[in-house]
Amino acid sequence: MQIVDRRLNPKSKSLGNRQRFLRRAKAEIREAVKDAIKSRKVSEIDGGEKVTIRSKNLREPSFGLGRGIGNRDFVLPGNEQYKVGDAIPKPPNGGGGGKGREGSADGEGQDEFSFVLSRDEFLDLFFDDLKLPNLVKVKLKDLKVSKPARAGFSADGSPARLNHVRTMRNSLGRRIALRRPTEAEIKALEDELAAAEGRSPLDEAVVAELARQLEHKRRMRKTIAFIDPLDLRYNRFERVPKPTTQAVMFCLMDASASMTESLKDLAKRFFMLLHLFLTRHYREVHIVFIRHTSTAATVDEETFFRGTETGGTVISSALDEMLRVVKQSYSPADWNIYAAQASDGDNFHDDMPRCMQLLSKEILPVCQYFAYIETAHGERYSDTLETQVWSGYSELEDTASANFAMRRVTSPEDIFPVFRDLFSASGMAAA
Amino acid sequence: MTSATTSPADLAGEMRLPRRSAPLKPLFDGAEWDFALINRVYDAMGDIALGEMGLDIYPNQIEVITAEQMLDAYSSIGMPLMYRHWSFGKRFAYDEAAYRKGHRSLAFEIVINSNPCINYIMEENSMTMQALVVAHAAYGHNHFFKNNNQFQQHTQADHIIDYLSFAKTFVADCEDRFGQEAVELTLDAAHALMNQGVSRNMKIRARDPAKREFQREMARRDYEEQTYDVLNRTLPQINRGEPISPASAAQLGSSAAEQRKLGLPEENLLYFLEKNAPKLADWQRELLRIVRSLSQYFYPQRQTKLMNEGCATFVHYEIMNRLYERGQLTDGSMLEFLHSHSSVVFQPSFNDRRYSGMNPYALGFAMMRDIQRICIEPTDEDRAWFPAFAGNNDPFGTLREAWANYRDESFVLQYLSPKVMRDFHLFALRDEAKDPAVRITAIHDEQGYRDVRRRLSRSYDVATQDPDLQITDADLSGSRRLVVTHTVRNGIVLDKGECERTLQHLARLWGYRVRLIEVDGESGRVLKEHEVLPMP
Repeated sequence: MQIVDRRLNPKSKSLGNRQRFLRRAKAEIREAVKDAIKSRKVSEIDGGEKVTIRSKNLREPSFGLGRGIGNRDFVLPGNEQYKVGDAIPKPPNGGGGGKGREGSADGEGQDEFSFVLSRDEFLDLFFDDLKLPNLVKVKLKDLKVSKPARAGFSADGSPARLNHVRTMRNSLGRRIALRRPTEAEIKALEDELAAAEGRSPLDEAVVAELARQLEHKRRMRKTIAFIDPLDLRYNRFERVPKPTTQAVMFCLMDASASMTESLKDLAKRFFMLLHLFLTRHYREVHIVFIRHTSTAATVDEETFFRGTETGGTVISSALDEMLRVVKQSYSPADWNIYAAQASDGDNFHDDMPRCMQLLSKEILPVCQYFAYIETAHGERYSDTLETQVWSGYSELEDTASANFAMRRVTSPEDIFPVFRDLFSASGMAAA
Repeated sequence: MTSATTSPADLAGEMRLPRRSAPLKPLFDGAEWDFALINRVYDAMGDIALGEMGLDIYPNQIEVITAEQMLDAYSSIGMPLMYRHWSFGKRFAYDEAAYRKGHRSLAFEIVINSNPCINYIMEENSMTMQALVVAHAAYGHNHFFKNNNQFQQHTQADHIIDYLSFAKTFVADCEDRFGQEAVELTLDAAHALMNQGVSRNMKIRARDPAKREFQREMARRDYEEQTYDVLNRTLPQINRGEPISPASAAQLGSSAAEQRKLGLPEENLLYFLEKNAPKLADWQRELLRIVRSLSQYFYPQRQTKLMNEGCATFVHYEIMNRLYERGQLTDGSMLEFLHSHSSVVFQPSFNDRRYSGMNPYALGFAMMRDIQRICIEPTDEDRAWFPAFAGNNDPFGTLREAWANYRDESFVLQYLSPKVMRDFHLFALRDEAKDPAVRITAIHDEQGYRDVRRRLSRSYDVATQDPDLQITDADLSGSRRLVVTHTVRNGIVLDKGECERTLQHLARLWGYRVRLIEVDGESGRVLKEHEVLPMP
């Protein structure tokens, strides 16, 4: 008999099978992920997901006998009361007396199938929709955003990291402790020996003694190294998880009835992506949801995405609200402030100058980044018609700082370009 | 072996610790285990299993794995190697979800019918469980695999691992050369026909199939390379079936002679397609062959579920009890063992919520214990029913004989005793489609014993669980239509939706029109017809 320990064998032997399986059901899984995104909170995008799919592609048919037809004989255990000739009425759905059929993976005919997508698989599908560049995907999926920081010294490391001061200090201490003769000592002894040899009458005993001492010191110098491997000290670096900073993210959205469910859905992905980005860069990320019609209010996420209100559209009210919250809780000195605004481009004409004023004078100076997306149905802006907000903000984009970006979005893949600058300049490259 | 979720109290009434015949000198104490300890326990068990019980086993290889690896093993039908296919990934996702949610516990062990016999055991098991598992799999299942004639006839334990390794590389190679999708299409279709990929009366030749396959494959490639001609490539493809001259085609038709040449009727659909489907490429035929071989390999397991598990359960029960009697197990270990054992052999009644069919562990174990009892202390009833071995005082010999020569169906028919029927309160029912009620036809009484036994035995016959399908006609020279006949028993026709989807797969492999006729077995009347064309 032979016992083999297989526990250390490579794990997930069936990974190849799983990839084939996911590819097979890709369309359905993608739908399921879309639904999942709808029901997830912006801050919860980063995790696995249980999905349930129905897929024709996952059927494994085989020739099986029909149910509820024909004549069958069978034997059951546990008879307590029946005698020959007794009749048991069939259940209305025609199931044959207790021969319950459990749904199982290999059972035929069951189409619905649920399983758990891992965090990576989920994010992949989320990113696929957004058409993120690969480098960005990798960075966003990497759980450990870290940078090296000094963390004392270590006894081993690469030559480039040798710390000379420490090494020499150790070397010196050791040389003193082991009484390694210095050049000067030897020189002095040599001189003394030369003097003794030159003296007459020659004192043989003194010369011999001096020669012995010199020989001894020379040997000591040879055996006791100037720098011993023991002395070496290297600078040590540790990967420190994240800059210990905090950020707040403002989500601004038009809540008037013209924002349909699908437009909100687009906006949600936009917010999710920004949040994902921020969580990679800041230890703590707060989200503030502000929605507005002609007045603005800070609300919870549920109300933010679900509720609609009637009323006009005054964007400056939301900007005012944002400034109020910033003043009240998020001092720009302590917080990195990011803002993401989604709207369908409607605004009271009279309000635009005030918006511009607020943005350029008060908001942009305290913001790290301000991203604006204008969500629209495909057909709506095929013409060159420009919305109020778009034409207003365009000026800002031309004149203003690098921390402002805007984009028209009709489908998820349009979202990423809004962040292109953010992801390339400030963030991903440096991270 | 999985344990049903039951309380140990269900059978505790009849479990009593046996008496010790030797002073306590336990092999182990506590839950911890290591390799040396398993080795010692294995050897101690060998004394009992090989010496006292006379078992005959393949050499064992015990492999310790983690829960995750156990899930991996599940997804590849318990085999250590398997080719890649999405359906295994689906299985894995399904099992994993069920396991994570706690709906299902994992098996304690998986054992593979190979030589040497591979036993997977889980690292989480306590030492008592490891002992139980070793007794169950390394002695019980192992003996059954080696000695049962179904396994001897249909499987080649020496070569299965090599063959799987060949299959895995071959499929991977095909994926590289022809693309994953193309390979998947063929494998999907072959899997759909897997249950029709068994030759029930075939004896396999005892040669090394992996080597043979490999040589065949190499020879084919060499041939392709040698005959490769750049000019020929531009000619229209000719099917390499049989070059048929117009004259001979005219006289052939689909004559009896041609049918005989094709070996019709043929029950092994995959075999027929592999040999005769006009449009398949060679690598596709090889894929069909792989699936067919696996199906053939698993066929004995389907036929002997009850006996196989019964044998293993009986053996572990006997070994653990003997160890205890010899003073090699502590009381604590014995109680832990009895707890697991009794939940494994628990049979809920038909009206119990936990009922999910006959528990093969329970019935198999009960029958074998009963045979043991009949051999040693038979009642008058037993003498009347089993004159051949009642009171022969050789329980292990009698059981070894049964293990070697029977399968579930015949085992039940031969050995199910009135006592076991009474203990299980077995009763037979008849469900007729037009009758609004299910009728009780026999119960566990003097008039009913034989009837109950016959019907239970029938239900273990794999041939009655699978539809009886045969290829009855294939017109290779004319329309190329394939005809499959389903001989309907008891008016049970095929499930329509499944049947049509499966036929689609069949048509894809055949490449032309396929017709399925369902004929009533008794009257010969045609009940249903299906016809499909392969989708482009």
